[in-house]
Amino acid sequence: MSTNPPPGELTTGGAHASDVPEQFQDPGLEPHQLRLADRSEKNAKRVERQVVAILIVSVIASIAGVVGFFAIPVGTTLMDVRLSTLVIGLGLGLGMLGIGLAAAHWAKALMDNTERVEKRKPVPSPPEVREEAVEQIATGIEESRIGRRPVLKGALVGAAALAPLPFVVPLVGSLSNTWDVNRFRHTAWGDVPEGTGGRLPDGSVGRRLATDPDDRPIRAADVTIGSAFAVIPHGLPDEEHYLEEKAKAVVFMTRIDPNELAVSPERRDWSYDGIVAYSKVCTHVGCPVALYEQQTHHLLCPCHQSTFDLAEEAKVVFGPAKRALPQLPITVDVDGYLVARSDFHEPVGPSFWERDR
Amino acid sequence: MKALAASRRHRLAPVVLLLLALILTGVAYSAVTSEPATAQTASQEDIEEGEALFRSNCSTCHGLNAQGTDLAPSLVGVGAASVHFQVSTGRMPMANNSPQAERKDPMMNEEQTYALAAYVASLGPGPAIPSAQQVNPEEGNAAAGMELFRANCSMCHNAVGAGGALTEGKVAPPLDQATPTQIWEALRTGPQSMPVFNEAAITDQGARDVIAYVMEQREVDPGGISLGNLGPVSEGFWVWIVGLGGLIGLAVWIGAKSS
Repeated sequence: MSTNPPPGELTTGGAHASDVPEQFQDPGLEPHQLRLADRSEKNAKRVERQVVAILIVSVIASIAGVVGFFAIPVGTTLMDVRLSTLVIGLGLGLGMLGIGLAAAHWAKALMDNTERVEKRKPVPSPPEVREEAVEQIATGIEESRIGRRPVLKGALVGAAALAPLPFVVPLVGSLSNTWDVNRFRHTAWGDVPEGTGGRLPDGSVGRRLATDPDDRPIRAADVTIGSAFAVIPHGLPDEEHYLEEKAKAVVFMTRIDPNELAVSPERRDWSYDGIVAYSKVCTHVGCPVALYEQQTHHLLCPCHQSTFDLAEEAKVVFGPAKRALPQLPITVDVDGYLVARSDFHEPVGPSFWERDR
Repeated sequence: MKALAASRRHRLAPVVLLLLALILTGVAYSAVTSEPATAQTASQEDIEEGEALFRSNCSTCHGLNAQGTDLAPSLVGVGAASVHFQVSTGRMPMANNSPQAERKDPMMNEEQTYALAAYVASLGPGPAIPSAQQVNPEEGNAAAGMELFRANCSMCHNAVGAGGALTEGKVAPPLDQATPTQIWEALRTGPQSMPVFNEAAITDQGARDVIAYVMEQREVDPGGISLGNLGPVSEGFWVWIVGLGGLIGLAVWIGAKSS
């Protein structure tokens, strides 16, 4: 302690550079300061009373939590459930918080806080202990005869390598039962099971468009300008793997004033009298895009704000999506119901490596 | 019975039968189509009062005959339901020309609202104000309503109707103040950015189911404080600011020396 500069010297304005020591000096311990509780027994008593008071709050909270569990009947109203949960939670929380606060306050204000210095021990063991350990390992390898029995070594390594497989293989294998990405090129719109389609004037059959989730076929006349329809292929809820198929086939449909609708020549027969249908799966990362603003014809994705203009073939007008939403070619069957002319002409949803192949 | 049998060869019998058939068809049709708002058969005085109100409150933007101007759309054919929705929620008359007409205290009382609606409805046919039975949440199934709400409404209005943001300052408003009638009117008329959900998209029973589901959300939340049901934003704010802030405060207190 005697080598330390007296406190305050380094900060005095007139000090010379030579007064500053070359190396940072260990300032040592600060002088021990007595706390209020150390200076008078009265203060110590007060701290004790505080700690006891906190512990009593904890005790009361714990008891109140248990009493609340029995006293508040659950099952008549939702308010009871809420009150019961609140009382039990508060009882448990305050009970434990009280113990923690009391312990911390006790340790800080009442327990002896005289500073003590304990020198750090050297990290490495003494050299003779380390040499002995190396010797023991070498002896163990020698005694196990593993060096002279290569078959045994091979068998052991093989067993150890194969043991995790029953864990890893099902884990990876159950990610998907097939790794065929061509599944994404086909949706339920491409199939027309018995009773789900409508006949077109040219004799072909297309799958009817139906409302989600109640599966009612939609007449073209019912789709008024500005109206919105969440659409699934008719009959899909009765099919196997309904949700998987629905996830690929969901469509958003609306009718736009034909004067405001821009249609390219190759898609002239993909819409019907202003009725357009687009995949609801965002081309960015596959969120359902369905926030439709009928005044601007913008369809907004809730995840990353990609915005598609339905009046211009769902081209991207804002956001991270790179491709327009795939359009479902639709028309009307001989009974006036909307049907899909064909499946989507490109894979729905986000990009994947083999998408354009 | 004998007299009836005898008169079936009367020369007027086909005419009587035809009339009977026509009346029967008409009655059956009106029963099947469940024509809305038979209660609001507006009188001529209502329409005249509504026209006066329209001239003084609405015509600056919508034009003297509701034909529309550069500022606001034509109201011919929007129907009484649209007027009732916009005026009873206080959205119209608009306070300023902002991207979104916000809900505020209505300027018109109920009687004036109905008069305005009657006037606009007289300009051209459109959805009428629904009857109490059409929007009765008691007759709706909240579970079926949830499925419809999830497929059609939740992307903009949030899964429990807490509302959400759209583009360029527009929002899908929270549904916690909307009355059953206003929910029905919004579905059928598509106010502002909202698309129309007509009877083909959501049936009349479906609309009641949706109303029942929205009303159900106003019940006590058994999960405690909902923090606005806004999802990760408000919950993250709570955890990071209040939760972690509290923990840091405790850690500082534990580490500080006692006086």
